[in-house]
Amino acid sequence: MTITRAPELPVQELERVTIRFAGDSGDGMQLTGTQFTRTAAVFGNDFSTLPDFPAEIRAPAGSLPGVSGFQISFSSSDIHTPGDQPDVLVAMNPAALKTNLGDLPPGGALIVNTDAFSQANLNKAAYASNPLTDGSLKPYTTFEIPISTLNERSLDGLEMTSKQKDLTKNFFALGIMFWLYERSMTPTIDWIDSKFGARPVVAEANKRALKAGYAFGETTEIFHTHYRVRPAHLDPGTYRNITGNEAAALGFLAASQLSGRPLFYGSYPITPASDILHQLSGYKAFGVKTFQAEDEIAAIGAAIGASYGGALGLTASSGPGIALKTEAMGLALMVELPLVVIDVQRAGPSTGMPTKNEQADLLQVMFGRNSDSPIPIVAPATPGECFDLAIEAFRLALKYMTPVAYLSDAFLATGSEPWRIPTVADLPSIAVDNAVRGEAPFRPYERDPETLARPWAVPGTAGLEHRIGGLEKADVTGNVSYDPDNHHRMQLLRAAKVAGIATDIPPLDVFGPETGELLILGWGSTYGAIRSAVERLHADGRSVAHAHLRHLNPFPANTEEVLRSYRRVLIPEINLGQLLMLVRARYLIDAVGYDRVRGKPFRIAEIVAEAERILTEATP
Amino acid sequence: MTTDTAAPVPSQPPLSPENERIIQLTRKDFVSDQEVRWCPGCGDYSILAQTQKVMPDFGYPRENIVFISGIGCSGRLPYYMNTFGFHTIHGRAPTLATGLKAARPDLMVWVITGDGDALSIGGNHVIHSMRRNVDINMIMFNNRIYGLTKGQASPTSEFGKRTKSTPMGSVDTPIIPLTIALAAEASFVARSVDTHTEHLQGTLERAGRHKGSCFVEVLQNCNIFNDGAWRDFTDRDVREDRMLVLEDGKPMIFGKDRDKGIRLRGLKPEVVTLGQDGVTEADLLVHEEAAEDPYLALMLSRMFWPDFPVPVGVLRATHRPTHDRLIEDQLAAAVARSGVGDLQDVLRGAETWTVE
Repeated sequence: MTITRAPELPVQELERVTIRFAGDSGDGMQLTGTQFTRTAAVFGNDFSTLPDFPAEIRAPAGSLPGVSGFQISFSSSDIHTPGDQPDVLVAMNPAALKTNLGDLPPGGALIVNTDAFSQANLNKAAYASNPLTDGSLKPYTTFEIPISTLNERSLDGLEMTSKQKDLTKNFFALGIMFWLYERSMTPTIDWIDSKFGARPVVAEANKRALKAGYAFGETTEIFHTHYRVRPAHLDPGTYRNITGNEAAALGFLAASQLSGRPLFYGSYPITPASDILHQLSGYKAFGVKTFQAEDEIAAIGAAIGASYGGALGLTASSGPGIALKTEAMGLALMVELPLVVIDVQRAGPSTGMPTKNEQADLLQVMFGRNSDSPIPIVAPATPGECFDLAIEAFRLALKYMTPVAYLSDAFLATGSEPWRIPTVADLPSIAVDNAVRGEAPFRPYERDPETLARPWAVPGTAGLEHRIGGLEKADVTGNVSYDPDNHHRMQLLRAAKVAGIATDIPPLDVFGPETGELLILGWGSTYGAIRSAVERLHADGRSVAHAHLRHLNPFPANTEEVLRSYRRVLIPEINLGQLLMLVRARYLIDAVGYDRVRGKPFRIAEIVAEAERILTEATP
Repeated sequence: MTTDTAAPVPSQPPLSPENERIIQLTRKDFVSDQEVRWCPGCGDYSILAQTQKVMPDFGYPRENIVFISGIGCSGRLPYYMNTFGFHTIHGRAPTLATGLKAARPDLMVWVITGDGDALSIGGNHVIHSMRRNVDINMIMFNNRIYGLTKGQASPTSEFGKRTKSTPMGSVDTPIIPLTIALAAEASFVARSVDTHTEHLQGTLERAGRHKGSCFVEVLQNCNIFNDGAWRDFTDRDVREDRMLVLEDGKPMIFGKDRDKGIRLRGLKPEVVTLGQDGVTEADLLVHEEAAEDPYLALMLSRMFWPDFPVPVGVLRATHRPTHDRLIEDQLAAAVARSGVGDLQDVLRGAETWTVE
């Protein structure tokens, strides 16, 4: 959609709108975006969000690295991504304009805070000339608004400094957007009251700023129309807004409740996983014990210790922290204790771009340990799925007595979508059996013939005193063994145990034709972009299918059959071809990759274009 | 040894009928069926034997006792104890012990480690498990050498020590383990010697009864790679003159003839002879394990042969809430405030909307 100056209609119906708020990291852009999201959620739109913020907490004001953005796409129909490009860009200063304008398509609406375009700010943003006057904004429908001045005027009489008043200008901008898209201010006003209730002046200032922005839209003639995006037709049910990290924390809490085992969470702060620690530390009334460890190794060590004691041991990190945890992950698989290791992936290598997205730790969790050391890997595809796969991860960990890797990423972790709230009674139960004293002497490595899992014998159980450790175990007895044939057998047993999970997970599901020209195979947070691309291709009459892996080790049992049902297999990934390598190595299928590692999610259009290219190639 | 009367009795799980016999347990009940594989003559044999001997005294059933170790010769000890045991990875035993104790406050948890395991690769975890007052008993075997990797310098090796990895002598200043433990706020800090079996038993007994983070350094001989590491002051014929056996509330007296003592001169300790220059017992420092300030213990931790007799026994024994207790208290407080958590409530969250 574009905002044009022409239409006479006061209200224009739109199916979908994508807005990006961009400003200095001190300008409150994340808050502004979150408030718009809440309002869209309560209104009943489908939506998807993409926060994009710098690692620096307060980079120098007005600087390019200090720009913080929040994109929300909201719609009256089912959507899967936060939108390729914004329809509307709100730029609170020159730096925000410079770093974001490239994403705004020609004709797109641009709202700028002209007050921030001082020579000093233009210099900080490395503008040689003022874009407001040099004609470079001609391709866009630009609305120049002195937001700071208008906002300050609306706060006349309040006992605040100019600087304090300026901090509320994001709510003025939000008010304008609320008017433009026919949104109610009530949810935000309620939020302001609950947040700043104890500081009446601050509450008053924020409410006045919001209402002044709204009134500005209503009374000035700068906008010629406003827009309506009707509620979406989502499946019936009660919904809430949820981010991937929130859903993950709830899922692991649910796993604890469903298995009747207390959750122990060992963690060391790291972006973008820390929010899981914050959230789980608030669940003490559920018996959840959280432990902020001295380092990543202590975090996983404590989780293993808790698992050994009969709790659900859980730890989380991002790539650099996973690197530190790998030795302990090897220990957990050697002693065959249940454990879940969350990796909220971010752009690497090394420290990389800590707040930016990437899905390049697949091979790290797959192979990043000494020796042959297989562990199951699960990966949610949407923020909401972060809940379901948390339960699934512990189901596998407990049933197969193994550490399980759970691959989320920065986009899933901080992005949000509407989530239909599950009913607890409908959630799967998780069966847990602890070993008890039997007639025969206890044998800690005697395996269940079906799952190959060893018994979970927790301290405190009389008659089960035994010793485990990282040294190789004799099959069945678990005593230390250097016997060559035993080691060979144990390596095979450990591999067979994980491989056997393939028949205990849902088969790979296909969206689109069951056979044909092209299958697009994905995993993790690329789901939304791939699914939207395939929907678009279907609308153009193209024969393309989409399959999305939630289990990456082992693959579902029907994976090869699915892949061989298409002439070509395209694997888009936000890495340089990691799933591609696994698929090619495993099945000898000549799949092709499509890789973009820009710290951002895929655009739908990129995948559409690549699929079109392959389809053209494939049809002589 | 004095007994730790100030310490609360360790919490015990209710005894099941089959566990009532624990009262009659003996050392033999704690000997596992595994063949001990340390070098003949190793100091570890004695530490194992004393550990097995004191185990029946704590009143814990066997299955409620867990031995957790890291890597190194000491790391093998859990295999030889007929309790629950976990031989983990290098330096990380305190982390597993912390998680286990937090999840299972009912268990008695021992951590077995060495000078390399605890003070080199695992130094961070020793510090943090001590400062958190995790209710564990950490026994650190100090032989001043890497034994299992066949003889490299360890963090407690002497400056200038020639080893396989330091042919021209170590250029690293050694760590003083007890100073580290005290600085890390361990609530119980003690030292003993592998061959002083009675003293070692008494020290382990004290550690076992202490609620909170225990750090026990055991001076241990590696007869293969660092033979005689401590013999200058631990040998039978010299030890009374060269070691100071600490006793709570008693003046610091040592020597075969009990005629030497430690006196404070300014901020420094000095060795004095009773009866010489008018020195009497009243001039001597009196040991106080539970002193609120750590100064005395820190001073003792830095006294070493040949300048001073080497102090053994309990340097410090203080009490503060344990890590597991504090965690449990917060859980109880959360329930008291808002009741037991309801999953459906938190799944709903604060703000919802309904689609018909």
